[in-house]
Amino acid sequence: MAKITLNLISGRSIQQGVAMEGGKEKDLYRRACGIIELDTSDFKKLGCWKNTNVRVTSKYGSVIVKAQETSQGPHPGIGFIPMGPWANQVTNPDTYSTGMPTFKGVPVEVEVAMDQPVLLGVELVQKACRGEI
Amino acid sequence: MSKIVTDVICPFCGTLCDDLEVEVTDDGKKITDVYNACAIGAEKFLHSQAKDRITRPRFQQPDGTWKDATYDEAAEYTAQILAKAKKPLMYGWSSTSCEAQSMGHEIAELTRACVDNTAAVCHGTSLIAIQDIGLPSCTLGEVKNRADRIIFWGCNPAHAHPRHMSRYSIFPRGFFTVKGQMSRKLIVVDPRVTDTAKLADVHLQIEQGRDYELLNAFRVAFKNEWLPDMVAGIPKEKIREAADMMKSGRFGIIFFGMGVTQTISKNHNIDEAIAVTKDLNEYTKFSIMPMRGHYNVTGSGEVLGWQFGYPYSVDLTRGFPRYNPGDTSSIDLLNRGEVDAVFVIGSDPGAHFPISAVKQIARVPSVCIDPHITPTSGVSKLHVPVAFVGVETDGSAYRMDNVPIDCRKVVDPPEGMLTDEEFLTKVRDRVKQLKGRA
Repeated sequence: MAKITLNLISGRSIQQGVAMEGGKEKDLYRRACGIIELDTSDFKKLGCWKNTNVRVTSKYGSVIVKAQETSQGPHPGIGFIPMGPWANQVTNPDTYSTGMPTFKGVPVEVEVAMDQPVLLGVELVQKACRGEI
Repeated sequence: MSKIVTDVICPFCGTLCDDLEVEVTDDGKKITDVYNACAIGAEKFLHSQAKDRITRPRFQQPDGTWKDATYDEAAEYTAQILAKAKKPLMYGWSSTSCEAQSMGHEIAELTRACVDNTAAVCHGTSLIAIQDIGLPSCTLGEVKNRADRIIFWGCNPAHAHPRHMSRYSIFPRGFFTVKGQMSRKLIVVDPRVTDTAKLADVHLQIEQGRDYELLNAFRVAFKNEWLPDMVAGIPKEKIREAADMMKSGRFGIIFFGMGVTQTISKNHNIDEAIAVTKDLNEYTKFSIMPMRGHYNVTGSGEVLGWQFGYPYSVDLTRGFPRYNPGDTSSIDLLNRGEVDAVFVIGSDPGAHFPISAVKQIARVPSVCIDPHITPTSGVSKLHVPVAFVGVETDGSAYRMDNVPIDCRKVVDPPEGMLTDEEFLTKVRDRVKQLKGRA
């Protein structure tokens, strides 16, 4: 299977906001934030159907999310994961002495991981803290 | 039957909308509907009524199960871990009232804690830039009534501040902006074609992370000096067109968000954005404003500012306030493994901090004060649910333009639940006893 390299950014989406207020332990939060929005051209390079689970890997970590076609594109070469525990598995924690991690502009690799599940938000963080993923 | 509570303040984002109408049952105990709010604000009010809500403090057992406790037991544990720790971190504060923040700072002083708010992962770098070169700003009322040039740089209010555009920046008819949207020109700078960018007169689809260069190019374009053919992926003709559009307005404003504060160059991006604003004042009137996220993150900066002199990342471990982002900021403290107890209120670092920092929260004694179940509560030793500020208790909050607004209480919290301020008062009193100051 193909592996593509993207520039990852994270940020707010209205679905993320609504799901967050509705309960971060719920499935709606996973459906809102356990995703990566890809440009149509990047989907072609990746060679998979929309809504396929993918593994996103950076030098800081790795996470399984669902690949979706972006509704705010085109943005070839850029991947967008809504802010939340999934994005923060792979984001750059370096603050360069400002106190602020580098949430935007993280080089990542994306590959198809069809048989692997997207975890719920609370479960994902708990497992990561226990060293289970 | 039901009745309507009017002029309710929305405790979600920094826009702090003050025109909500909330339908409650006749006995005033249950919220049945919310009017005028955005989807997120409405969800916040309605979720407070959820039947599966946690209403009592609970300790996490080693096997991951939870054991219910009383508020007194929770206050005792919280006071003990803070009093015993050499360097506790007290983080959050942005989704609670200024009164609760002030009470929390008393505890921080007594326990010599590091106090930080969500600006750490939001507009902290803006605060550094403001300390560098100042901030020519205004209120949102002035934006509504005067601004005819609106720039959204690295922010997407259509998603993050859903009513900002309809209440203040794009659509409303103001005193000097009588035609609403027709009176205004909108420039959006964003690497994605966001739903905000789709409304723009000019969308500059910048190469991600090149904000400093583009801001610098604007300063050159204002003076009609030489520019290379492309800057940050934008042709120079388009930069000049946008620059002329800015200069030709009567009153303009730059709203900026995480696109510049969290990108490489960080505070220097904001330095340059403020310098752009200063330059524009040679030609017309221009202001700049950070799009603050949590409804009271601005208030936390204000309260920390007037009590300790610094707006975030305050270190009280030496008995007096010190401020040095990168050293005294939460992410760095956690990543270096320096803190030996973590107290979280009114925010969710478990979801919004890089996982390396969250792992440190899970390693040390920790308390999470939050009405919701969150990733932070999931890795904390103690979860203390409290009443929702702005829904079940009143309190002051600061809007993104530093205007203080009193949030209203709409319904009572579930029976026996405490507010943030009440719980913190219990902890403060117990810490005083433990420290021999009672």
